[in-house]
Amino acid sequence: MDHFPTNWGRPRNDAYDPYGTYPIAHRPNNGPKDAFADAVQRTQQPIVTGTSVLAIKYKDGIMMAADNLASYGSLARFKDIQRLQPVGAHTVIGAGGDMSDFQYIQLMLDELIIDEFSAQDGHTLGPAEVHEYLAQVMYARRSKMNPLWNSILVGGVKDGKRFLAYVDLLGTTYSASTLATGYGAYIAQPLLRTAVEGKEDILTEEEAYKILEQSMRVLYYRDARTIDKYQVATVTEKGVYISESRRLDTNWSFAEGIRGYGAQTQ
Amino acid sequence: MPDMVSLAQPQQRQFNPYADNGGTILAIAGADFTVIAGDTRQSEGYSIQTRYAPKVFRLTDRAVLAVNGFAADGNMFVKKVRQRLEWYRHAHAKDMPLRAIARLIQTMLYARRFFPFYVYNILGGIEEDGSGAVYSFDPVGSYEREACRAAGAAQSLVQPFLDNQIYFKNQVPAPGMAHPVHLPLSTVLSLVIDSFTSATERHIEVGDGLEMYVVLAKGSTAIQSLSTVRGIQEMTVTEDGERVFVIRRELKKD
Amino acid sequence: MTSIGTGYDLSASTYSPDGRIFQVEYANKAVENSGTAIGLRVKDGVVLAVEKLVHSKLLVPGVNRRIQTVDRHIGLATAGLLADGRHLANRARDEAASFRDQYRQPPPLKQIADRLGLYVQAYTLYSSVRPFGISTILGAVDKTGPALYVVEPSGVFHGYHGAAVGKGRQLAKTELEKLKLSELTTREAVKEAARIIYLVHEDAKEKEFELEMSWVGDETNGIHLPVPKDLQTAAEQAAKAALETFE
Repeated sequence: MDHFPTNWGRPRNDAYDPYGTYPIAHRPNNGPKDAFADAVQRTQQPIVTGTSVLAIKYKDGIMMAADNLASYGSLARFKDIQRLQPVGAHTVIGAGGDMSDFQYIQLMLDELIIDEFSAQDGHTLGPAEVHEYLAQVMYARRSKMNPLWNSILVGGVKDGKRFLAYVDLLGTTYSASTLATGYGAYIAQPLLRTAVEGKEDILTEEEAYKILEQSMRVLYYRDARTIDKYQVATVTEKGVYISESRRLDTNWSFAEGIRGYGAQTQ
Repeated sequence: MPDMVSLAQPQQRQFNPYADNGGTILAIAGADFTVIAGDTRQSEGYSIQTRYAPKVFRLTDRAVLAVNGFAADGNMFVKKVRQRLEWYRHAHAKDMPLRAIARLIQTMLYARRFFPFYVYNILGGIEEDGSGAVYSFDPVGSYEREACRAAGAAQSLVQPFLDNQIYFKNQVPAPGMAHPVHLPLSTVLSLVIDSFTSATERHIEVGDGLEMYVVLAKGSTAIQSLSTVRGIQEMTVTEDGERVFVIRRELKKD
Repeated sequence: MTSIGTGYDLSASTYSPDGRIFQVEYANKAVENSGTAIGLRVKDGVVLAVEKLVHSKLLVPGVNRRIQTVDRHIGLATAGLLADGRHLANRARDEAASFRDQYRQPPPLKQIADRLGLYVQAYTLYSSVRPFGISTILGAVDKTGPALYVVEPSGVFHGYHGAAVGKGRQLAKTELEKLKLSELTTREAVKEAARIIYLVHEDAKEKEFELEMSWVGDETNGIHLPVPKDLQTAAEQAAKAALETFE
């Protein structure tokens, strides 16, 4: 019985339960029916992917490098992709993992930067804020079991302070003076640590660049998902600069002079 | 042509929202102090992600929380606990008592019973009666007050050591003597340092750095043994109450 | 206003017998009482300037800005009710963000002016709302080059070379008409804008005011920014000097 006189004296529609009078297990489902509920797809694996990103701290700021390749499985699918992106005036981000998810992240950050710019309140977002924002987004998405499939490095300089940190699809974060994502974590990170740790305040821009170039070269030799075309981002107190694409000098001739490859047995 | 027999099974791969970031934490309560410690290495698999990622956090002047397990969950959990403590401060104009924080942590962990924070928590500090206390939790909120607890990667190495050295398990006192109920701060600090150097030797996920937080009850005499400690740093915010210190030590980095 | 008290001015959803909507006309009165705002569309950009009347000496300098930023390249200056201006700026920001979301490019100013026109017009249709008490000058450099539009309380909008709204608009317009706007640079336009605001202020013998100026163009890399301090002070000094010699 309800309080609408038009319904009085009529047979009750048992399929409709406006006051929730049934026990939960027997309650008729009157909620909106989503015809596509079973077909909703979430990112379960990355499709078009970028490989490692490397970054180090040096005397005047931070430097980051990534190659220009976006792979489709083992196919070198897109060979002129930029994986480094400035965010605001003090920050650069570099991404490995799913490139469509990365593009979505770029859109989100662009919207964020415009919102902050429009406020005209005398504040700007620095690398620490951008990293925190990304970490919250990545963690929220993993918690919905719908991750953004990326490993991202965030670096920058603001108010005389260098910042370099990592965030990934799980929302895991950490900070160090040398960072590397993907394959670079295995191959380049040890090289970077040897070259940089303890020398963060001494290394010049040229030296920092040499270190990254050498690491990118080793990665190109050993990681099959790389190409020899890459870019380097530099962030200093003056701002963000992302280089044109560069080519790696490589040498593929036979290593007869190297012990273990040539004629010598011992 | 015979029918092809497919050997491929229908595959299902699921996104795994958790990771194990290694590391170990430890807390020991004294009569009027508590030591809460953790190493600073964060790793995944065989890779060291960073040599400095704190796992021990000052919550108030009488409460310190150590978190260990999945680092992203740990950081988020500490963030949420801190937020709740701030709201408590706004509402009641005082810091939340330790045992209330312990119950709060249980409630917050159990609220996520069916998608847990993959984190082992150890809460240490000073109770309202001035005694040192350690509370340990499992990821879904079961908790108890104890005198000491180790958790994380090297729990299985450190806890038996503490059972022996703190609870005097498998030790028989000399005739006419009894085991002490509480150990002095200097002894506790030595035990903590020994625990971590040993864990660093035998466990690959432990090392790099050690952070030991010391919480002293109001007017604790243990302050004397702290004056000689190298590089000690005070973290106390309020006056005339409990005091918090942090002591940092290097651990082997291999 | 002989029609006051006839009952046709109580709602924006009622016409008067001779086809007017009094509420919209009253909204225009709110604009006319406000400090002047002008916009100059020149060769390489747009300059916006506002005569912000300071109603109290207790106010902190620089607060209650009447020039706002809608998107990287779009500025918005209002004359009329301050709060209405802020509301409309927020709407403009949403429209700009929505355009970017849909078309993946910076919105052309005409699109934003068009949407704001529709929005403002909707407030002339219902008895439950009042029309906007502001005239809005929109300035930007977009893919079509420098652009300048004015949205009025009725919802109508027009494109201009030079625009003036608020108390001193008549004199400001005469001054704007004397300029060869399409030959000026933004740097020159800043000077002219400052001079015009000072002139119309002097003419009205008003109390204190602050000059608010912004620009967008080649000088700013297509970004809408406040005019730099040194240029602003120089322009204000020149404006004061010009007042001495005027007429």
